[in-house]
Amino acid sequence: MSAPLLQTSGLTIRFGGVTAVDQVDFTLREAELRCLIGPNGAGKSTFFKLLTGQLPPTEGHVHLRGQDISGARPHEIARQGVGIKTQVPNVFNALSVQENLWIAARHKHTPTFATELTDKILTQLRLTGIANKEVGQLAHGQRQWVEIGTVLAGEPELILLDEPAAGMTHEEVERTAELILEINKSRALIVVEHDMQFIKMIARTVTVLHQGAVLIEDDVARVLEDARVRDVYLGKGLAA
Amino acid sequence: MQILTGMKGALIGSVIAAAAIIAAPFYVDLFQIMQLTVFAAMAVLALSLGFIWGYGGILCFGQTSFFGLGAYAYAVSAINFGDSTPAILLAILVPVVFAALLGYFMIYGGISDVYLGVITLTVSLILFNLVNSTAGDFYKIGEARLGGFNGIPGVPTFNLPGNPGYILTPEQAWMVTGIALILVYLGLRVLIASSFGRIIIAIRENETRAALLGYDPRIYKLITFMIGGAIAGFAGALYVNWGAFVSPTIFALGLSAQIIIWVIIGGRGTLIGPVIGCLLLQWMVTEIGAQQALDANFILGAILIIFVLLVPKGIAPTLRDLALSRLGRGETAPPEARVKVKT
Ligand SMILES: Nc1ncnc2c1ncn2[C@@H]1O[C@H](COP(=O)(O)OP(=O)(O)O)[C@@H](O)[C@H]1O
Ligand SMILES: [Mg+2]
Repeated sequence: MSAPLLQTSGLTIRFGGVTAVDQVDFTLREAELRCLIGPNGAGKSTFFKLLTGQLPPTEGHVHLRGQDISGARPHEIARQGVGIKTQVPNVFNALSVQENLWIAARHKHTPTFATELTDKILTQLRLTGIANKEVGQLAHGQRQWVEIGTVLAGEPELILLDEPAAGMTHEEVERTAELILEINKSRALIVVEHDMQFIKMIARTVTVLHQGAVLIEDDVARVLEDARVRDVYLGKGLAA
Repeated sequence: MQILTGMKGALIGSVIAAAAIIAAPFYVDLFQIMQLTVFAAMAVLALSLGFIWGYGGILCFGQTSFFGLGAYAYAVSAINFGDSTPAILLAILVPVVFAALLGYFMIYGGISDVYLGVITLTVSLILFNLVNSTAGDFYKIGEARLGGFNGIPGVPTFNLPGNPGYILTPEQAWMVTGIALILVYLGLRVLIASSFGRIIIAIRENETRAALLGYDPRIYKLITFMIGGAIAGFAGALYVNWGAFVSPTIFALGLSAQIIIWVIIGGRGTLIGPVIGCLLLQWMVTEIGAQQALDANFILGAILIIFVLLVPKGIAPTLRDLALSRLGRGETAPPEARVKVKT
């Protein structure tokens, strides 16, 4: 059997006294769509930072298709085919929407092909109308779309989305869900999200993080019924 | 407007400027030609910082290090070879190698932007002290005596390439310097419009995002820093060619500060801005110096404060914004204007 797309073993990071990610063993198959949930401060974003090389693990390993990438730099991991939309938007503010995507596409492609790929993604994400707008001047929801577009333009095989629906209108959230399912036809994704409606729209398997550790990992229906998950989320509207 | 600000505009403007440069000796006297020559040499230096700071986001407080190294490399080689052509090449090569080493240590060492400023400034002061203490016969490179604080006088000026016997007249040296300024400007415009240019701007805007897309910010920054060193070194050769003389004051703090002021006043994130800032301020300082009623440094400081408070973007971007809003264009400005600098 070939190695899974992504596998972490005993992945841990400590900030002084805080163990933000605690002995996480996580496996993702090729072309899988996984939802990662957990209350604020559970360590979801930090887990993503460990996967993308933005932080080096204190302990443990990350393997991408069997290759150990723990401690590699962000650009090296990106070149291995991992793309991420971060929780706090990371975009090129002074550049136009088109230029943001083009920079991403240019990494693998010639300028001409990068332009074509950019146009295609702009159309797919319905961003063509604002292609020449400066990203710094867009609303938060639109900036999220731009960042998702940028990630797609990099053509990664594994896409990490950290709260992609935050700050979006209901209609935008639905479109985001559709888009994720569309992307998942050809690529693997891990999606972190707070919005349970959203999770219900897209999720199959869900992993719940709590205080840095995996609390439960199961089919979406079972996870949402789980008493421990309810406890963790108490007062956060999950029970509803 | 698109045409005036785009590449075509740069070309048309350059052709007009080149024509003016060639025509100038017929209209102005030799003294003014000499003055224009040093202005143009300094404008090349201004471009070097305008590029690495405005587009690469690297605020180098010691751009004079490369300027001075270029000047000394030119002087020493011109004296030894008796030919300016290899001397000009060395004036570019020596600072590039120095920038590569210094830049590698700083950028790959993960030094923050602030410390980069401090270190580059310190390096320029170290070079000043080093060269300052090279008085006496002991400090010779080949035929060239470094001369310590007295500097190196009588440096051979530019000759026709391949013909060291033919020394350029001051008018010809002016044309060479002026055209060199235009070529450096156009070269940088092409570079910025290229993929490399787009990527360094992206890295300046958001280094994390660039890295997450697979670009290694370090190598791009290092190359940017080296290009800045090359241009500053070339400016050093142009400067020595103007005065046939170089001394350690070329590394001094005052000049480092001036370059930064030129770029701030002219406008970061543009190339024409630093050139305008440099020419304007040098002209003003010369005028003030000539009438001797006011202190030039005082005026320079006052102008800087006024600009930082009232025209924070600098001359070129402000003029462009005005022109664009006059035309009532709702869309974004052309790429060069859009590129802003975080402060
Ligand atoms: N750079 C850091 N330094 C110190 N503590 C951090 C750092 N980053 C995250 N943390 C802590 O790690 C925990 C997990 O944070 P985070 O991964 O952002 O949670 P989530 O994304 O699940 O809301 C929090 O307690 C947070 O305060
Ligand atoms: Mg988070």
